[in-house]
Amino acid sequence: MSTSDTTATGDQAALETTSSEHHPALAHQFDSMAQQQGAATFGMWVFLLTEIMMFGGLFTAYLIYRIKYYPAFVAGSTSISVSWGFTNTLVLIASSFTMAMAVWSAHTGKRKPLVGFLIATMILGAVFLGIKGKEYYDKYDECHIPGHVIGKGFNAWGGCSVQNPGLGNIAQEIVEHAKESGETIPLPSAEQTARQTEIFFSFYFLMTGLHAFHMIIGMLLMTWLLLRARRGDFGPSYYTPVELGGLYWHFVDIVWIYLFPLLYLISRHKGAA
Amino acid sequence: MSTATTAIKPIMPAKHFLNDNYGIRSWLLTKDHKRIAILYLVSITFFFFMGGLFAALIRLELLTPQGDLFTSDTYNKLFSMHGINMVFFFLVPSIPATLGNFVLPIMLGAKDLAFPKINLLSWYIYIFAAFFSLATMVSGGVDTGWTFYTPLSSGFLHTHVALMAVGVIFAGFSSIFTGLNFIVTVHRMRAPGMTWGRLPLFVWSNYATSLIMVLATPVLAITLILLALERTFHIGVFDPRYGGDPVLFQHMFWFYSHPAVYIMILPGMGVISELITCFSRKRVFGYSFVAFSSIAIAVFGFLVWAHHMFVAGISQYSAMVFSLLSMAVAIPSAVKVFNWTATMYKGSISLDTPMLYALGFIGLFTIGGLTGIMLAALGMDVHVHDTYFVIAHFHYVMVGGMVTAYLGGLHFWWPKITGRMYPEAPAKLAAIITFIGFNLTFFPQFVLGYLGMPRRYHAYPPEFQVLNVLSSAGASVLAIGFILPAIYFLWSLKYGAIAGDNPWQATGLEWQTTSPPPTHNFHEVPVVTTRPYNYGAQQEVTVVH
Amino acid sequence: MQFKFPLFPEQASTLAGQVDAFYLFLVLVTTFFSLLIALLILFFIIKYRRRPDREAEQIHGSTLLEIIWTVIPLGITLFIFVWGAVLYYKIQNPPVNALEIYGVGKQWMWKFQHPGGQREINTLHVPTGRPVKVTLISQDVIHDFFVPAFRVKQDVLPNRYVTSWFQATKPGAYHLFCSQYCGTNHSAMIGQIIAMTPEDYQEWLASGKAEGSLSSMGEKLFQEFGCTTCHRPDSGARGPNLQGLYGRPVRLSDNRIVIADDNYIRESILHPNAKVVQGFQPIMPTFEGVVSEDGLIQITEYIKHMGTQESEPINNRSTPTQLRDNEVPQIQQELQQGGQPAPSGKKP
Repeated sequence: MSTSDTTATGDQAALETTSSEHHPALAHQFDSMAQQQGAATFGMWVFLLTEIMMFGGLFTAYLIYRIKYYPAFVAGSTSISVSWGFTNTLVLIASSFTMAMAVWSAHTGKRKPLVGFLIATMILGAVFLGIKGKEYYDKYDECHIPGHVIGKGFNAWGGCSVQNPGLGNIAQEIVEHAKESGETIPLPSAEQTARQTEIFFSFYFLMTGLHAFHMIIGMLLMTWLLLRARRGDFGPSYYTPVELGGLYWHFVDIVWIYLFPLLYLISRHKGAA
Repeated sequence: MSTATTAIKPIMPAKHFLNDNYGIRSWLLTKDHKRIAILYLVSITFFFFMGGLFAALIRLELLTPQGDLFTSDTYNKLFSMHGINMVFFFLVPSIPATLGNFVLPIMLGAKDLAFPKINLLSWYIYIFAAFFSLATMVSGGVDTGWTFYTPLSSGFLHTHVALMAVGVIFAGFSSIFTGLNFIVTVHRMRAPGMTWGRLPLFVWSNYATSLIMVLATPVLAITLILLALERTFHIGVFDPRYGGDPVLFQHMFWFYSHPAVYIMILPGMGVISELITCFSRKRVFGYSFVAFSSIAIAVFGFLVWAHHMFVAGISQYSAMVFSLLSMAVAIPSAVKVFNWTATMYKGSISLDTPMLYALGFIGLFTIGGLTGIMLAALGMDVHVHDTYFVIAHFHYVMVGGMVTAYLGGLHFWWPKITGRMYPEAPAKLAAIITFIGFNLTFFPQFVLGYLGMPRRYHAYPPEFQVLNVLSSAGASVLAIGFILPAIYFLWSLKYGAIAGDNPWQATGLEWQTTSPPPTHNFHEVPVVTTRPYNYGAQQEVTVVH
Repeated sequence: MQFKFPLFPEQASTLAGQVDAFYLFLVLVTTFFSLLIALLILFFIIKYRRRPDREAEQIHGSTLLEIIWTVIPLGITLFIFVWGAVLYYKIQNPPVNALEIYGVGKQWMWKFQHPGGQREINTLHVPTGRPVKVTLISQDVIHDFFVPAFRVKQDVLPNRYVTSWFQATKPGAYHLFCSQYCGTNHSAMIGQIIAMTPEDYQEWLASGKAEGSLSSMGEKLFQEFGCTTCHRPDSGARGPNLQGLYGRPVRLSDNRIVIADDNYIRESILHPNAKVVQGFQPIMPTFEGVVSEDGLIQITEYIKHMGTQESEPINNRSTPTQLRDNEVPQIQQELQQGGQPAPSGKKP
């Protein structure tokens, strides 16, 4: 009889119901590896459903405020760097590719490529987080962190940086952009709009922050997979953890595929950096 | 009931999940769903009595119209902590995490849930969340009310709102993991022959509950994360001073919290389906209608959240849509009540303790449900919204419904869980005391509410006193009804009669194994060949290997 | 000695009777079904109690019965829905000729202002026999204006005007409760509505010391903040002429049409660039933090009365693209039909 605290791999003694497959990774509650893999994959999909609901709540709130403070959201969008955002999109797509290759390697029992692709995925993930960190730091420098707890407090209408008062001055940017397209927006009005970008930045940090948090979790997952892969745990008959890690990683990528246009691209002023 | 058992004296199995292993490690590191169920049982019982203590203090304060026992801040903390502890730490996990955890895999003929480690993890997350709740209480409590409405909670209160919010978020994750586990288990772990049409109704209702847990709870998490950030960093999402919309918080909060009341009541309905059939010795009347009404409740439950906001400044037309949809959610509940009643028709009814609770449930839930229709009716809601009428309605469903069903289920499966019977006479007494005490406590509150007494009032105009005293008197009776089972359940652990495998002669796979069950639930994999609740048939389940 | 044990709150408004009738109907339905279920259960547990000589008779179910007990409750709930919705519509929409009173909720008190400029705290005097519309706003958290005797309730939100209305039927003093939990002294945020006969009310109004009517106080603020520099009726004005503006549709710079109601005026003072009238530059500075809630109410009241002060129609407007008077009926009709009116090409 098994004890209740046996590990998953040490459970073969617990198998009262004999089955033809006696895989060391078969947990006691399952009858076969197929059932185990089916349950695990299905469970992962259900989990991703909860993630969709969680991000969904945030996306909905974002869209509601976007409608309410449209000019401010446009101005906020314009102030974040689309080139860094685009680079990050490429990085993530590349990491999805390496992850898919990792799953394939596990499936076909290629241990060395598996380890290599996992490492590549982690490096790309780290690059993404690094770029994100740089973008965050720029926003910190420009006093675009919402609230008045971090940095000097939110200020999007200039005067934040002593050396370079123009830095992060969204009000000034609105005025100049209007000028280019032949309209005139007086500075006081532009300043009102700039003040309202605070909510845009709240969502920017929340959405990208929650996404980055998921990336970090993903990287931890990768580390664990890497250790197991090096030990040679995975092969054609058992690679569920790699597959689930892949599902999770792709999901996180897809979230970014929505975040990027929503935050960086739509309604952005033409010609802005 | 015991007269029906055979002359053979029931014996305790030599080896079962309780004596399989000893020591604190064997409990804290267990992956056995039955042990985890017991861990949950102990934890939620703690929160139930703590929440109950707060309730008692509230009723004590409301004996007199003047706020003379506590300061208003203390009173506000009392009702907030009562609500938060009861809702998030007792009601939401109550049946799914204890009875569901224990019997659902056995009912399916599975050796365990699909993910035993995640099941244990969910308990640890619950305990982690519980520490946040306790830390909040120790450091002075929180006075937001369980609804955390902004901008009061985000910018005006000086208590540990963020701490409590984090606790509730984690409690939410714990229930997400339970729900996820149940869904996968029901889909993938059924014994041979256990088709969807043969699932016990308790499984159906827990499945519907799990759907809500998985789909709604993440929204609560993100809402409370926003609230905690709003409070800590003043990000302006819900605070009108920074351009945020406080009513959006209500939308997001109720998007979870309305479905959440179905998280709380659906498993109770599942228990009732088991009890009514067993103690009437009848197949359930209209199996598929009862089963699908659970799913219908879960689905409709997502579309009615704004009926909490009819006077909150939403547009009149959206109020009408939500009112109409709220009417729709009443129908599946009515279908259930009618089917339960019809199940008893021409049955062979015995009034054992679980059945007493089940009958109490039907009556109280009917009143709770119908007053729910009153609240969903727009013109009516304007007057009774945020009054004691709402409190009474809510408690009829949650205490009269859910807690009653929980106690009924606990009595029903107690012999399965522990291998021993509870003492019947004090149990019947407790059931009756609970029923009387409950009605004494909460019926006057309907009248109070219609008279216009607002909820969350520390002091109130003197003309409301008579009804408040009645309610407080009832609460003391109710308290006895809740303390009694705690005593005799503990007593029965040592002195209760040996129950035997199937003391109720019930159908269902959980009664085919020993009491208490072995660690892997069955000695041989059961094969199901017949419909559920096959009472009146000679042999409902053949065990083959 | 009479033991005070009421089951109904006092009926003191035109709506109270209607709500009570609905309530009684609902109580009847509830009682009927609760009793039906309770009696059936009672009957079954006696008739079909377990006896050694009788076995349960197995019944599968009955689709007909299922349909019956789905359709009948559905019919009843639909009827309840319609009744409730009609009643709600009445409760929510004040009659046009209502007396307008303004209320501001704050932690933990109610402040009311009468059109004549009389101010009250936690007490509100109203006349009987005439609809009274209370326009409400909160200075801090969400409160709720609840008068049980009138059967009206409305959450009072920060940053947005909401209204509640009633017509008191008999003189007396009635409870005013805050019924949305609002912090420490929530239960002390109570007051009284004092309904008086119209004559007594007039007398009370006359006895109250008011610095001037609300609109005259608003006018004072209007001058003080220099609003007249831009908002004036001549052709050189940099801001739209406000005379007769209240309640009319306004075309915005993005071609949307909005109604110039209390909330629009309030927003335009606090966030002037949010909805700019077509043809004007967004040059108005914000008055957020400068004007108090009371002041906002007074200015709004002043703008409301601008049109009536000068009986001149406003189509002689200096300003290029505000809607002309002869355009208004057409647009109102279009708005009623639910569509956004087509942007007008011609500029007056």
